[in-house]
Amino acid sequence: MSTDIAAPTTRAIVSRDGDDHIDPERRSGRAPMTPAARVRLIFAHIAVYIAAALFMLPLVYAFFAALKPNGEMFAMPPSLFGSELRWSNFVEVFEFGPFWTYIGNSLFTSVAGTVVVLFVSTTAGYAFGRLRWKGRDAVFVLFLATLMVPAEVLVIPMFQVMQWFGWVDTYQALIFPFAFGAFGTFLMRQFFRGIPYELEEAARVDGAGPVRTFAQIILPLSKSSIAVLSVFTFLSFWNSYLWPLIVTVDYNSLGTLPVGLASFSGLTGTRWDLQMAASIISMIPTTILVIALQKHLVKGIAMAGLGGR
Amino acid sequence: MTTTYAPTRRPRSLAKVEARQALGFASPALVGLALFTIVPVGLSIVMSFFDWPTFGERTFNGGANYLRLFADPNFLPALRNSLVFTVLYVPLSVIFSLILAIGLGPRIRGRGALRVLFFIPVVTPMVANVLVWKMLLQPQGLFNGLAQTWFGVELPNFLADKNWAMIMVVVMSVWQGIGYNMLIFSAALEQLPESVMEAARIDGAAGLRMTWSIMIPMISPAIFFATIMTMITSLQVFVQPQLLTGGGPGNSTLPLVMWIYNQGFKFQDLGLAAAGAWILFALIITITAIQFTAQKKWVHYEH
Repeated sequence: MSTDIAAPTTRAIVSRDGDDHIDPERRSGRAPMTPAARVRLIFAHIAVYIAAALFMLPLVYAFFAALKPNGEMFAMPPSLFGSELRWSNFVEVFEFGPFWTYIGNSLFTSVAGTVVVLFVSTTAGYAFGRLRWKGRDAVFVLFLATLMVPAEVLVIPMFQVMQWFGWVDTYQALIFPFAFGAFGTFLMRQFFRGIPYELEEAARVDGAGPVRTFAQIILPLSKSSIAVLSVFTFLSFWNSYLWPLIVTVDYNSLGTLPVGLASFSGLTGTRWDLQMAASIISMIPTTILVIALQKHLVKGIAMAGLGGR
Repeated sequence: MTTTYAPTRRPRSLAKVEARQALGFASPALVGLALFTIVPVGLSIVMSFFDWPTFGERTFNGGANYLRLFADPNFLPALRNSLVFTVLYVPLSVIFSLILAIGLGPRIRGRGALRVLFFIPVVTPMVANVLVWKMLLQPQGLFNGLAQTWFGVELPNFLADKNWAMIMVVVMSVWQGIGYNMLIFSAALEQLPESVMEAARIDGAAGLRMTWSIMIPMISPAIFFATIMTMITSLQVFVQPQLLTGGGPGNSTLPLVMWIYNQGFKFQDLGLAAAGAWILFALIITITAIQFTAQKKWVHYEH
């Protein structure tokens, strides 16, 4: 119960859909409320819903702006709807620039980056968390120390390294340089250490070596933390801007979505309608991801706290 | 004789085998970290002591870059802007997300959906968020449009006004990042032991007093953690001013990272950029260390 934070949440959503005959206090297992507390609760609801509405205003307005004709974008007085709902804006975005290329590049680098991070973090997490070797703890401290170096310090020399490798304007440069950070290894190590040793010893007695115990015992037990790491890694690749901006020059063929979106806004100049449509489109995949995985996200933040940004 | 050796020899050779296999497991991470972190960090230190153009001759200049920093017309303003952003952004972000996390208490209906809602801007591409705000903040945009039609008030041109541009960068950033800290605080609040809360209630604590004297001290480790992380990321702010104001008007919203980016990739002066990056790193380390020292005064770890 203490780990499954989302449980009361989902119950609260279900309760909105009808079963009002059940007393909410009884359901949440709390003492009945005094009239004053009841009034306070009503005010709390009003405050929270107003805050949420104000908070969402920019995105809702942007969505309707994306459906307006460009000429009516800044009409006075401002209105939510234009004279028509131009769904064609969402199509025109794809004709205006290599938008599919941007999406494809972002998808490819995010998925490939996530695969690399998962491979590196689980193997290293296993070596640091469950195997005994000389110098392990000293090397691990060095690992953690690298977490303190900000990316901004690294991008200048990293660009130089990419030039030496001849990697400027390649997918390797988008995927590898920031896929070896210590965060994933740290997260997986913490999780692996919590797995009971008896399980592993039983497998060892049966003759399994570390590779088999890792693949058949440890990994299957770690699905939830692997899921959390995947989401954070995918999001950080999907949204990263500074490094792709630096390491790609030919945005038309190698631009990722954020870089493409930024350069697109320069290209279109005054086409606010298309910019809004493009922005809304770029928000869709991550929003779906968050809604689908909300339970894991809360859990992951509670677990790692650190965040993968 | 061999039987007496066996118990001592076998574990040792097993340990050797395990060490070798461990090296196999750790090597992708070790190679990657060496290549993409250790080497660049070392290189960065070297670069900061050289005249290092992107293409062409490199010459050692023995620390002259660090002196040149302070002669640069934009470096000190950039340093100031980063600090101003941090001083405005961190308290606003932490306080608002704390209020939100407490407000979305267990008795609020639909709190799961609301949490997701506040989290959406955290995960959507920052560039998209910035473009949306850029539209809203235009002179004919929604904010000024509403102010004029409803109240007949002409608002300033937010992004072109020296005094307002930084405030708007902060406002947009708070909106964008608030959901993240909110989730950290929500997670901490849900882990509060019910027994303590019950005891406080029996003692007559309720409402504000409960929040201020019981809940906030008990989640102070989470507040400390969130403050540190928010501060570190806000000293690294780049995307919001880059796309919202381009650092302007003048250099009034140009932060340190944008200065580093400009030196390195616009003016091709990698040595000077590296020196600036090390100043940023020193600043982050110093402020983090100060916070760790100060935490003893207000962070309670005992439960």
